[in-house]
Amino acid sequence: MVISRKPSHFIVAALLAFMPLLSFANDNHGAHTQTTASQEATTAMGKGHEGDHSSEGDQTLTEEEKKVKEREEFIQHHLLDSHDFTLFSYGNGHHVGFSLPVILWDNGLHIFSSSKFEHETAVAESNGNFYKIVHGQIFKTDAKGTIEYEGHHPTNKKPLDLSITKNVFMILVVAFLMFVLFRSLANSYKKNNGIASGVGRFFEPIILFIRDDIAIPNIGEKHYKKYMSHLLTVFFFIWFLNMFGLTPLGVNVTNNIAITAALAILTYLITTFTANKNYWGHIFWMPGVPVPMKIILAPIELLGTLIKPFSLTVRLYANMLAGHVVLMSIIAMMYTFNNMIGSSLSFVLAFALSILEVLVAGLQAYIFTMLTALYFGAAKEEHHHDDHH
Amino acid sequence: MEQLLGQFSLGLFILQAVIFVGLVLLLKKFAWKPILDAVNEREEGIKNALQSAEQARQEMANLKSDNEKLLADARAERDTLLKEAREIKEKMINDAKADAQAQGEKMIAQAKAAIEGEKNAAMAELKSQVSALSLEIAEKLLRDELSNKEAQSKLVEKMLGDSKLN
Repeated sequence: MVISRKPSHFIVAALLAFMPLLSFANDNHGAHTQTTASQEATTAMGKGHEGDHSSEGDQTLTEEEKKVKEREEFIQHHLLDSHDFTLFSYGNGHHVGFSLPVILWDNGLHIFSSSKFEHETAVAESNGNFYKIVHGQIFKTDAKGTIEYEGHHPTNKKPLDLSITKNVFMILVVAFLMFVLFRSLANSYKKNNGIASGVGRFFEPIILFIRDDIAIPNIGEKHYKKYMSHLLTVFFFIWFLNMFGLTPLGVNVTNNIAITAALAILTYLITTFTANKNYWGHIFWMPGVPVPMKIILAPIELLGTLIKPFSLTVRLYANMLAGHVVLMSIIAMMYTFNNMIGSSLSFVLAFALSILEVLVAGLQAYIFTMLTALYFGAAKEEHHHDDHH
Repeated sequence: MEQLLGQFSLGLFILQAVIFVGLVLLLKKFAWKPILDAVNEREEGIKNALQSAEQARQEMANLKSDNEKLLADARAERDTLLKEAREIKEKMINDAKADAQAQGEKMIAQAKAAIEGEKNAAMAELKSQVSALSLEIAEKLLRDELSNKEAQSKLVEKMLGDSKLN
């Protein structure tokens, strides 16, 4: 596997890419602290999903244990998608943020504002149907908001939820940002006699890096052009969303498995539909091995094609999720320690980790793009490969 | 795993896929294609410029070597011309000398031949005169002999004396 023929290019590009964003990491840190602090100040977060099943246990816990549990729930809640954009909460159920539209398909279209849920606490009514949010997901319920549980999981019917959730909102923001950014870069070439100007000067080397060190070595000079749009979009999309995840806005798009799965499945579909004869030949009738081996290899190879996008999905999802969990846990530890040495130590640790996360944000985008290009390359590999068997 | 699947939102998945595909197509038309085209064009331009610069350099070098060659040729030609001129000059001198010598020798030979001819003619005349004289003397002697012996001898002596004078 060719990761990079010019490692120095990559290192320089990576360093340049992350330098201006270091300040973000610091902000992020402070803001998380702020968010956690506001949570610390209050005992009730007004979170609906804490619900009936968790409140009864709370009475037996001490004050300290309650706080720890609360932080734990805050982190878990942060990692979920939500139907309104909450920047932070304070006091007794005060939320700073804005509502987003809810769009449901449940034997007809239901569109209403997420403010109807009153931050996941109330039952929303739309055209005679009642809905309630449990753990960030909308369930169909009755006027009283009855939710039936089986273990921890509600068994109520789930309507198809096409709402503009926080994640969808951020996807749209990033899509808009990318469009404006790269459109202006494309226009600057015309205006400036073939030389990028403005912010495009920063992104142009990255585009060239993706072309020269990811696409061409993996796919080959002949076919790479066809895949460039997808590779560039995937890279910047993941990178920007990862970076947004490190801002104090509480964005967590790339650590949602639905997002990474959608990206990986697109990679799989493009690989499958653009594959040449040689690719399928290698899967169903591996050349250069005895016939019994060919029969054994066929299902393994076929399974391999499915495992590839699955590994893409899980790699990005798990990396970003773990980063968020660890970072927030360390920030929460500051309050758990609640003394000079322990708290300052976890502050330093959180700071160092934030910087690492900035690196991971770029690296994961790079790895996803790299592997996508590699799979595209396998689909387009020419026949000469057979000679090596 | 159960929690993972529980969190999976089909709606988000669909929206993400739709928005992403839309974004890819939109960016392809409005951003990636113009950007990559512009970059390619620029790279081609740079490559061409470098190539033509290299070509110009090569041409300059060729021109320079051509000039030097021309100069060297001119110098060599001048040298050969000078050499030829010198050779011609020497040849001319030598030829002139040889000619003059040949002419002189020829003139001398002619003079010699003329002198020889004159001498032979003189000798022949002398011989004829001597023989005529001798015949005359002999005639006279024979006449005298017939008249006077004494006078004959005297005459002979006188004749001889005359011939001595001659």
